[in-house]
Amino acid sequence: MLTDSGSKQRVFRKGHIGADDFLFVADDAPLADRPVIVTVTRFLAEKDRLLSRPAPLGVRLEPAESPELLRSDLPKLKLIELHVGYFKDGRAFSWARILRTRLRFTGEIRVTGHFLLDQIAFFLRVGVDSFTLPGNWSETEVEKATGLISNVYQPSADHRPTILDLRRRATVTATAAE
Amino acid sequence: MKVITANKLTFGEVVYWAQSRGWQDSLQQAQVLNDADAEDALKLAAGSVQRCEVVAPYAFPVRVEHGRIIPVSAREQIRARGPSVRPDVGKQAA
Amino acid sequence: MYRYDEFDARLVRERAEQFRTQVMRRLNGELSEDEFKPLRLQNGLYLQLHSYMLRIAVPYGTLSAIQMRKLGSISRRFSKGYGHFTTRTNLQLHWVRLIDVPDILHELAEVEMHCMQTSGNNVRNVTADPFAGAAADEIEDPRILCEIIRQWSTLHPEFSFLPRKFKICVIASEHDRAALLSHDIAIQAIRNAGGEAGYRVCVGGGLGRTPYLALEVGSFVPKPHILAFIEAILRVYNEAGRRDNLWKARVKILVHQLGIDEIRRRVEVEFAELKQSGMLELPPAEIERIAEYFAPPAFDELSGDSPEFESAKRQSRPFAAWAKTNVHDHKTPGYALATISLKPIGLTPGDCSSEQMEGLADIMESFRFAEIRVTHEQNMVFPHVRQKDLFHLWQRLDALGLATANHGLVTDIIACPGLDYCDLANARSIPIAQEIARRFADPGLQADLGELKIKISGCINACGHHHLGHIGILGVDRKGVENYQILLGGSGAEDATLAEILGPGFDNEGIIGAVENVIETFRQKRAPGERFLDTYRRIGAAPFKERLYAH
Repeated sequence: MLTDSGSKQRVFRKGHIGADDFLFVADDAPLADRPVIVTVTRFLAEKDRLLSRPAPLGVRLEPAESPELLRSDLPKLKLIELHVGYFKDGRAFSWARILRTRLRFTGEIRVTGHFLLDQIAFFLRVGVDSFTLPGNWSETEVEKATGLISNVYQPSADHRPTILDLRRRATVTATAAE
Repeated sequence: MKVITANKLTFGEVVYWAQSRGWQDSLQQAQVLNDADAEDALKLAAGSVQRCEVVAPYAFPVRVEHGRIIPVSAREQIRARGPSVRPDVGKQAA
Repeated sequence: MYRYDEFDARLVRERAEQFRTQVMRRLNGELSEDEFKPLRLQNGLYLQLHSYMLRIAVPYGTLSAIQMRKLGSISRRFSKGYGHFTTRTNLQLHWVRLIDVPDILHELAEVEMHCMQTSGNNVRNVTADPFAGAAADEIEDPRILCEIIRQWSTLHPEFSFLPRKFKICVIASEHDRAALLSHDIAIQAIRNAGGEAGYRVCVGGGLGRTPYLALEVGSFVPKPHILAFIEAILRVYNEAGRRDNLWKARVKILVHQLGIDEIRRRVEVEFAELKQSGMLELPPAEIERIAEYFAPPAFDELSGDSPEFESAKRQSRPFAAWAKTNVHDHKTPGYALATISLKPIGLTPGDCSSEQMEGLADIMESFRFAEIRVTHEQNMVFPHVRQKDLFHLWQRLDALGLATANHGLVTDIIACPGLDYCDLANARSIPIAQEIARRFADPGLQADLGELKIKISGCINACGHHHLGHIGILGVDRKGVENYQILLGGSGAEDATLAEILGPGFDNEGIIGAVENVIETFRQKRAPGERFLDTYRRIGAAPFKERLYAH
């Protein structure tokens, strides 16, 4: 199912659905005294003020916004939220991968917006940690959807063993058994 | 004048809206509608989509000649009969 | 040819099962059509004019006898007894039912086949030279790299939602038998001055509304790094390709918008990063493992001229005619390649009945052919036939209606399914192909005209490759009536060019006469030994325009 995460924020992370720990704050809204997510525009404009706050800070990237915009500031950010405007826009997959493999971001990467249940497995592979889900997706459904394909051909940000790795292990085992 | 058409969800075959008689296989069984009635019929067809009966309903122009419903466009003529190059397959072969 | 190991096999089985659950969720209303459509497209399932259509992947155009037999069986039981081979060497079944598709996918998985990524905005079927393994000037079998790319691109997490579809082609000889430069990525295996094996890579080819031929982005990519280079191109495209306009979303548009130098610069940046990480460098052992599957069969020690072959040609005129047009030189003495024409006069180009598919499987078993190839020109090829077996092969093909002696000739027409089948089409293409073939059916006339490639598309999407036709025909919709434009001078071979529109279009009767007039003009103007394409290139469009439009 498609999601358009409204105000009922439910975050799926490591197999479980929990409350949203962050609050997305619009550019002209006051900042609450709690973990917040702001747009890139706001972050770049009010960087010092935002970073001086004790509460964890997240930044939301729109599909056209590359994480390179935040390159030097990433170590100070707890969360990057990738907003997918429409499921067909596959740039978020690249942004997540870049955050992990090139920019070595170690914080949380979250996906929000319009995406398919069947895209979650791909997002997990490119380094996404969490998802904002609509009210009608269950943990079981998500687990099931992400587990349908056991093995992967190509390496990605998750460093998951590929079919090539499994082939090599099989050869090593076979050789050892001789 | 218009006719509403769609494809059956499970099998994919082309069907035509015949009001109270539901979806029919043959264009000649379809209900010919004026533009306003076609709008209403599309709303009813949307319900059929919701019930997982058909997909992608839409209206297309027809004319009626000697009691036969004839689509205006080549596309809908072919869709009503089957591939022009294989008279042995499609609705025309039934 | 490649054989699945347990991992390949499990993946296609799981994929089939995944689609079964997606179909169930669709049928019980959990998924709307909007939500289901991208999922079914990623398994090649379209909703077409009359019915659902399933596009089955034929990786680099290669099929085994078992696979061919299964395709015959599936097309009989789940469709209406025939299939259509496309210009991307896949097989389309035009009459499937949604509820049957999960079963079809499972049956395909049993014979190491699938429908993954034959549609959708992802990396599509990787195509290759149909003469792979048999061409004398081949550097290596291009299908080895095709299989490597197939695996790397299958369910790639970063590149499954590209701005648009992405087509890759690999050849390994100077002769282009695969329309290489019309692809998003065009790869040619070459050797550099030092004799080292590597690849020349071009990017940004594509037909459709704005046709382009691919431009060079990597003059020599060393073998170990080719996957990293391809991934680098995909990264640049996924990030920067346009997503606001369907008609401007292919990588060819990005290449021409930024310029090839800027594209090359961006690709180099990504490539450097990937090379450094080493993550896409295939270990030699894995390349060897895959390459072994493409090792040529054990050829008999034969002399170059088979007396049986020569004698049969003398004794049978029809066989001699077929040998002249449809039999091609092989790198091994005593062997040949044979083209199986799917263009019988007056029938649908590229269509193959279930009986024919099963008959081909029988032939493959009788003659111990391990493979059959599908070409982008909608024909098929047996790559390794002993010359002495050609006559018996021809007889068997003839009994199946697969021995039309017209390879490369005027009746060897490429035509997309067009408005007879396709939801996207503006005009019918098949009846135009049929009528042209009927008008030029005479074998003597065909021989006289020589190589003449006519390609017909029923809409601007150009699935019939009309931009690459010596004579191209594009069907358009003119106020609800079918109309056809003529283009001249295209080529999908190593002398690649894009055809040019000649002038205003014709209705479906006028187009036949127009094609006749074009061909007549060629006959009048040609110099000895010239093909149509040569004459056009020498004299230009003016004489043809004059003939068609002067009055």
